[in-house]
Amino acid sequence: MRFNDAIFGIVLIVFAIAEIAYASTFPRLHGQDYGPDLFPILLGVAFAVCGGILIAKGWLARKTVPMVAVGDWAQDRGNVFNVALLLASIVFYILASSWLGFIPTSLLILIVLLLRLGTSLVTSLIVAFATTFIIHTLFAKVLLVPLPWGLLLPIAW
Amino acid sequence: METVLKAFTLIADPYTLGVMLLAALFGLFVGAIPGLTATMATALLIPFTFFMDPVPAIAAIVATVATAIFAGDIPGALLRIPGTPASAAYCDETYAMTKKGLAERALGIALVTSVIGGLTGSIVLSMSAPALAEFAIQFSSYEYFWLACLGLSCAVIISTGSTLKGFVSLFIGLFIATIGIDGTAGFPRFTFGSVELMGGVSFIPAMIGMFAISEVLRYVASNRATIAVPQQPVGSVFKGLGSILYKYKINIFRGSSLGAVIGILPGAGADIAAWITYAISKKRSKEPEKFGTGHPEGLVDAGAANNASLAGAWVPAIVFGIPGDSITAIVIGVLYMKGMNPGPMVFIERPELIYAVFIAFFIANLALLPLGFGAIKLSRQILKIPRRVLMPVILVFCMVGAFAINNTVFGITVMLVLGIIAYLMEENGFPVAPAILGIVLGNMVEDNFMASMIKADGDPLGFFSRPIAATLGILTIALWLTPLLVMAFKKYTNRQRQERAV
Repeated sequence: MRFNDAIFGIVLIVFAIAEIAYASTFPRLHGQDYGPDLFPILLGVAFAVCGGILIAKGWLARKTVPMVAVGDWAQDRGNVFNVALLLASIVFYILASSWLGFIPTSLLILIVLLLRLGTSLVTSLIVAFATTFIIHTLFAKVLLVPLPWGLLLPIAW
Repeated sequence: METVLKAFTLIADPYTLGVMLLAALFGLFVGAIPGLTATMATALLIPFTFFMDPVPAIAAIVATVATAIFAGDIPGALLRIPGTPASAAYCDETYAMTKKGLAERALGIALVTSVIGGLTGSIVLSMSAPALAEFAIQFSSYEYFWLACLGLSCAVIISTGSTLKGFVSLFIGLFIATIGIDGTAGFPRFTFGSVELMGGVSFIPAMIGMFAISEVLRYVASNRATIAVPQQPVGSVFKGLGSILYKYKINIFRGSSLGAVIGILPGAGADIAAWITYAISKKRSKEPEKFGTGHPEGLVDAGAANNASLAGAWVPAIVFGIPGDSITAIVIGVLYMKGMNPGPMVFIERPELIYAVFIAFFIANLALLPLGFGAIKLSRQILKIPRRVLMPVILVFCMVGAFAINNTVFGITVMLVLGIIAYLMEENGFPVAPAILGIVLGNMVEDNFMASMIKADGDPLGFFSRPIAATLGILTIALWLTPLLVMAFKKYTNRQRQERAV
């Protein structure tokens, strides 16, 4: 998704104002002129300056560069759906993995994504099971990362 | 001498060598798959290095990167798709050789020059780093502040695309680094009450997001063309190679040494080294008209340069803690995690670790010769693995890797957010590398800045009170003013031209 530079400029300036306002509430140590607020405020100023230049640049180029160009991929609904599905599967993992467990979550995400990207059902199942098993062994058994068992806790190995 | 021996025993450990071999195979595989870069290979590797001792961890990264940069030449030659950006400079050249039926020769040259370049880079690294460290030991917070500014500014100016957007990217990185408990007063900044953010944005999930998730996103958002794998079998790789390499011995030397020097410059990595040396090779060649038609000369220069630059990039990274490219930025993060803070003190306190890194470079580059040969032989099988199968697998790897650092799903959230940010940035021409350097160097810049401010009592002249600091400071400010001066100069010449035209 492509935006005109001016959009980024505006976003940066709004962010800079909010950031400076928030940073100036940081407390200072007694007898110290420079506190934790100094560096963020300087960064905020830098953001604002860059934002200003970006707005000027984007405004000058507004005839050739549209404010928002969604790009070829967004015209293809399938690709939009793919991006949404990918992001959704990460969010799903964040929300569900602790009670569902790593193995079911991973299997589900892998099978859905593989099928969606055009892999055949049999290959998808093989890849999903193999990947999940290998990652589980590698991380949970070799590296001792406590991957959640979730629903499979009764049969945990 | 004793330290070198100690370093040898650290590396010669079977565990370390085994890790290096696996890492090298991993690097070859990732590098050979178009769309998966050497930086992504490093990002995927760091969750594993988290569980290792410093030496195997660093040796694994060295081995992965050295092999990945060579492996990037394989799809470049066979399919005209560079496997990593570092192979893009001469991708057309090697593909033209393949069309002439010389695929194995192109890959043979790429392999041998990569090995020579990598070894040259290793020599430059092991010679210059200790010497520089001796010099760097006298530095105070002023010098470190300016050095970091200089490094970051170089990174912005060298990075591809607009300088302004490079600075925005850098500031984003520096801002991300301010999140968490601050160094001077211990106050939690921008955490919005989140306990997980108190320690700052975790480095590993951030890197995985910015280098791997953004790449997966780009893949699913693109119109995923399937890659046709070429059919002709690979013949003898090393046949007739000797005479070509002998003919272009000056090119090998020039490419390797230039590549190592370009690597030392902060922000300029293997891809830029390859582009520059390829252009120089063409300019200096007796037969520049042959370039682009399957002529090996430019390939010799650039093939050596990109591998040489890898080692060069480690010089500022371990001596000053200032990364030479995005891979060493990740390395610096790993070094901090291992309590092996980069800087001149490591050379005094634990020199054997530094020498072990040097030795790892030599071993990795020597091992590249047989391993790379195997990869060329297996190239068709590797290229047959479809990316539509790999991408979901990489996604699950990323999520588990981001989880494994603190054993919380919060790491995955960090990965997701930074992945989306990196994807949007790249789509809109904001280079990502300066942001990475900003995240890695943010705390160092701020700590040295605050220490200097307090020492100088707010007097900006304090930053110029020591000779080296003053030199570095003036250099940095000159660098900041260059784009403005260039702009003014362009306007001036344009006006003169217009006046003349009238």
